[in-house]
Amino acid sequence: MTDVSERPVTARDEVDFYAPQLPWFAPGLVLVIAASFAALVWLLAGVGFAGSVVLAWLLLAVALPLWSVLLEGRRKAVDRAAGVMIWSAFGLAMIPLVSLVYTVVSKGVGILSAQFFGSSMRGILGEGGGIHHAIFGTLIITGLATLISVPIGVLAAVYLIEYGRGHRLARIITFLVDVMTGIPSIVAGLFAYALFVLVAGPGVRMGFGGAVALSVLMIPIVVRASEEMIKLVPDELREAAYALGVPKWRTITKVVLPTAVAGIVTGVTLAIARVAGETAPLLIIAGLTSGDNFNPFAERMATLPVFIFYSIQEPGVYVDEMTDYAWGAALVLVIIVMTLNVAARVLGSFFAPKSGR
Amino acid sequence: MTTTESSIEKPTETSTGKVGDVVFRLLTRSSGVLIMLALAGVAIFLLVEGLPALGNSGSSAYGKDSIWGFVGPLLFGTLLAATIAMIIAAPLAIGVALVISHYAPRRLAKALGWLIDLLAAIPSVVYGLWGIQFLALNLVPVYDWLEKNLSWIPFFEGPVPNSGRTMMTAGVVLAVMAMPIITAICREIFAQTPVAHQEAALALGATRWEMIRMSVFPYARSGMISAVLLGLGRALGETMAVALVLAPSLVVSFNLISAEQSSSTIAANIANNFGNASGPKIDTLIFSGLVLFVITFAVNFLGRSIANRGRIDGGRS
Repeated sequence: MTDVSERPVTARDEVDFYAPQLPWFAPGLVLVIAASFAALVWLLAGVGFAGSVVLAWLLLAVALPLWSVLLEGRRKAVDRAAGVMIWSAFGLAMIPLVSLVYTVVSKGVGILSAQFFGSSMRGILGEGGGIHHAIFGTLIITGLATLISVPIGVLAAVYLIEYGRGHRLARIITFLVDVMTGIPSIVAGLFAYALFVLVAGPGVRMGFGGAVALSVLMIPIVVRASEEMIKLVPDELREAAYALGVPKWRTITKVVLPTAVAGIVTGVTLAIARVAGETAPLLIIAGLTSGDNFNPFAERMATLPVFIFYSIQEPGVYVDEMTDYAWGAALVLVIIVMTLNVAARVLGSFFAPKSGR
Repeated sequence: MTTTESSIEKPTETSTGKVGDVVFRLLTRSSGVLIMLALAGVAIFLLVEGLPALGNSGSSAYGKDSIWGFVGPLLFGTLLAATIAMIIAAPLAIGVALVISHYAPRRLAKALGWLIDLLAAIPSVVYGLWGIQFLALNLVPVYDWLEKNLSWIPFFEGPVPNSGRTMMTAGVVLAVMAMPIITAICREIFAQTPVAHQEAALALGATRWEMIRMSVFPYARSGMISAVLLGLGRALGETMAVALVLAPSLVVSFNLISAEQSSSTIAANIANNFGNASGPKIDTLIFSGLVLFVITFAVNFLGRSIANRGRIDGGRS
């Protein structure tokens, strides 16, 4: 009756168009099976939580490629094994980073109070102190460092792009800026110390020295960021200005820099965020004091990172209280840095030149 | 350079534009030169203050016979910690970078890129605080297991301290710190791989992994190497995390999970001792800083050179 089903078999039907393939849910399925098996072992055999996680991972890493090699062939199996490896590298890398953020927030949030922000550590042993002095120290020193770094950094970037193109000096400076990005922060601190010893004698401690040390770390970041932004300014704008008879320096100050200013501000904000958390140079040249000191040119000046460091390293008798202070200060520092970062990125994407990226 | 409009009408005013040009040019140029001088200044001041320490011995070299007896163990500790960090961080960072550039769905990848950038901005002292107060304690069971089962390997001899403050912990903290930086650079380079190469590989029937191996890795090789070197430079010079995690001592030992037999690093040692140092001891510490500077300079120099060479080889501008 139905001739269709008795259609003669042709060569066309025998050709296998599709290589056998695992179903799309195969990785998820294997993961679930491996996880539940490991959970079973965890509950029954008592190998511990960490042990069963390792077991689940091993099962996944073996079973999925094995299934694949049986059904799909060697090359697909290698692909799946590589996929498992790469995703698990990712998962492994995320654990400490997430745990870091969680620990800082959960341990630091308890101590935050008006008193914590409003008082210093002068005359305080144990409870009742705060980080007023350290917050202001960080603001003053970072602010001074910004005042030093931004003009030098932006002008140097202008030189590299507008004047120095192809010059030997510009190439050397570009390379040195690259290398300077990698100066260990403690070396910058030693440099500032050695410099100010010549001026003020041995044992010198002052906030301004910290600002100089931070500038050494900050200038290269500002140069790199400004350079990238000035490069993005289209040549047509410059040529239009020249055609109107505007001198080069006025072209730069009135056309090029205003066009690039949003990007430069973003870069500078990121640089501030980066140096605001620097500890080592301030440890050396700015030191730590328990009270307010708003004069950067004399005496020790407390900053948040150094305060954190000494609260852990030399807590004295009140170890628990000082540890709490350290976590609170760490949370405040992270919030400051993150706020600067997010602000910089929002600013950057808001003003970003329409380059299609 | 540019003939101004006013020069045609009022020749007397041409000078203002020219003077402005000259002054501005000088200003920008001297900023550039200032940067050069700053780097030279770092080297010179460290030399001036550090070289007198070459003759130090006894108490001024923290009880060692010579300055090298003091710097040597620290240098060893610095290299060991940084090596551990790189062994852990480099594969993980490359994995994370691949996830962001090639594996994750686009929207997720963008968010992850943001997250990694933010994590790279967390101050090192916070990493150190986390390392000593959280990570070290949680690694103790792992160390106990290593000591029990693998103590025949010199690395894992023990004894494991209850605080978990060991060389291994320092290495792990450094790895966690260096990872976002290596990831950020690798991700950018992976993303720059020409799409045509990748699509050609896929069109020939390559699986995703084969495509990555045949088109992405060869293209990104020099970039990956320089990323790892830059991460290494960061790990070598990192101060606070190690200063908080490691108990200071001056011992050369490959024992990674013991407190007594772990040498400190140069940077951490300076941070821990500078506050109490005076006179010739300061010179000693500055000299060790000079050694650190030279090493990181060399590593960064190498990293940048490879990166620059790769840029030409890869045909990128």
